[in-house]
Amino acid sequence: MTLDITGLRVSIGGKEILRGVDLRLQAGRVHGLAGESGSGKTMTGLATLGLLPHGARTTGSIRLGERELLTLPPKELNQVRGGRIAMVFQDPATSLHPMLTIGTQLTEHMRHHLRLGKAEAKARAVELLGKVRIPGPEEAYGRFPHQFSGGMRQRIAIAIALACSPEVLIADEPTTALDVTVQAGVLRLLRGLCDELGLAVLLVTHDLGVMSAVADEVSVMKDGLVVESGPRGRVLREPEHPYTRALLDSLPDAELR
Amino acid sequence: MTSLLTIDDLVVEHRSPGRPVVRAVAGASLTVRPGEVVGLVGESGCGKSTLARAVCGLNPVTAGSIDFDGQPVTPLGLRRRKLTGIQMVFQDPYASLNPRRRVGDQIADGLRTARDTATSPADLLERVGLPREFAGRHPHEFSGGQRQRIAIARALAARPRLLIGDEPISALDASAQAQVARLMRDLAVESGAGLLFISHDLSVVRLIADRIAVMYLGKIVEVGDTAEVWANPRHPYTRALLAAIPQPDGLGVLPEELPGDVPDPASPPSGCRFNPRCPLVMDVCRDKEPDFGPVACWLHEPK
Repeated sequence: MTLDITGLRVSIGGKEILRGVDLRLQAGRVHGLAGESGSGKTMTGLATLGLLPHGARTTGSIRLGERELLTLPPKELNQVRGGRIAMVFQDPATSLHPMLTIGTQLTEHMRHHLRLGKAEAKARAVELLGKVRIPGPEEAYGRFPHQFSGGMRQRIAIAIALACSPEVLIADEPTTALDVTVQAGVLRLLRGLCDELGLAVLLVTHDLGVMSAVADEVSVMKDGLVVESGPRGRVLREPEHPYTRALLDSLPDAELR
Repeated sequence: MTSLLTIDDLVVEHRSPGRPVVRAVAGASLTVRPGEVVGLVGESGCGKSTLARAVCGLNPVTAGSIDFDGQPVTPLGLRRRKLTGIQMVFQDPYASLNPRRRVGDQIADGLRTARDTATSPADLLERVGLPREFAGRHPHEFSGGQRQRIAIARALAARPRLLIGDEPISALDASAQAQVARLMRDLAVESGAGLLFISHDLSVVRLIADRIAVMYLGKIVEVGDTAEVWANPRHPYTRALLAAIPQPDGLGVLPEELPGDVPDPASPPSGCRFNPRCPLVMDVCRDKEPDFGPVACWLHEPK
């Protein structure tokens, strides 16, 4: 399944945030989206899920397979959201509900989207927790988010996103809040899941190192426009656009290379 | 050269009612010389920030000593502080600047501490690379990188001999991080002050630090010259930290993973603190703690 974004424009309060974004996500591939804060990376991710703030005006097209998402009635959009397109947010400390057990958070949307019974949902949740390598998945099922470390929480957030077997996963800075050692584990997990389940992943990150480690294709955004897009090796090694070059040169070890 | 700051076997404990005592810093020793930049790195929860706060007198010391210029550092109280030679730049410039005061006035506080009547806040803004007329503005008018520059200007206004940066760049945009880090280094070295730079971003520390200290679970496990540590990391933890950094080389190499999490500092493992996660663990590591330097590991025991 592919997700095609063409000519996506978003304006909020008369200000144009995205000025014609084109992206193509393919199954089993990780598409990295780089750029400074304020360049519209996150907005692109949110627009795909129809999660833009109130009063946002969107034009262009976002197609999941043959379906146009932008004009979908809310009821049908709700089936796509969480069911076929899922999202992992930056900070697992705030994206998980602190007062619900992770079991509840893992099964709620499964029961809704997949119409599973309680026991079936639990069995699948435990299996998912095992898949994202949470030690002791059975016991973990009944625990609360604060009982896990940051890296574990992000793994749980990934498990929740994967619960309804989505075709597209949007990961918005999934490792920015984590330490390098923990980040390495989460990146390996994301890459493995992408290959194993044939997910189309949109990885939003400002870290070009992370980008280089997991992304197959890289797009660079600036001021609401994609300025450069291409295979990872080419964009990071022989950038064509001056802005990509500037981004690479601003890295701390650029002058040591 | 004599050292400016000497931390000797420092222990800092956090006590909260109904919970076990957490030993955030458990016997750490470190020195900073004048004009030297020391980078302190480690995972979150290893006690880096607690160490920095203790050096400023913001956290009471349980055991060990902190000497600044031959004088012990006393806890910060309500009285007027004599020890203004240590200044700190905090992590989040959105929280460390007063939103209701003009930035010029906040910088002037620092100047008043140093009894400096010759310098104006605008001069300091110029030194950190901001236009002079910004002194009349409020913090909300600035971006994160600019705010952090203002926080640095405020710290420098007090003419510190030791500047401490507690993750000063982690709240900033990636494109501003290297700039701000280099600015801090240049300004500190220029004025002959020492700089203790705390960060979990190793690539930035490598860029600006003369020496690197690696901290794990309240202890410093390796200290050495930056280039040396980078080229030849000796402690298995340092190696794991360096191997986990993804390189922007476009090759698609997944970084090495260090299994497990940092143990709870309230109940550290026996023996070497790194032994449950160490790939090279030996029998002696489980029984005895390596309390020597510069590399606290039984593989690198000094003869």
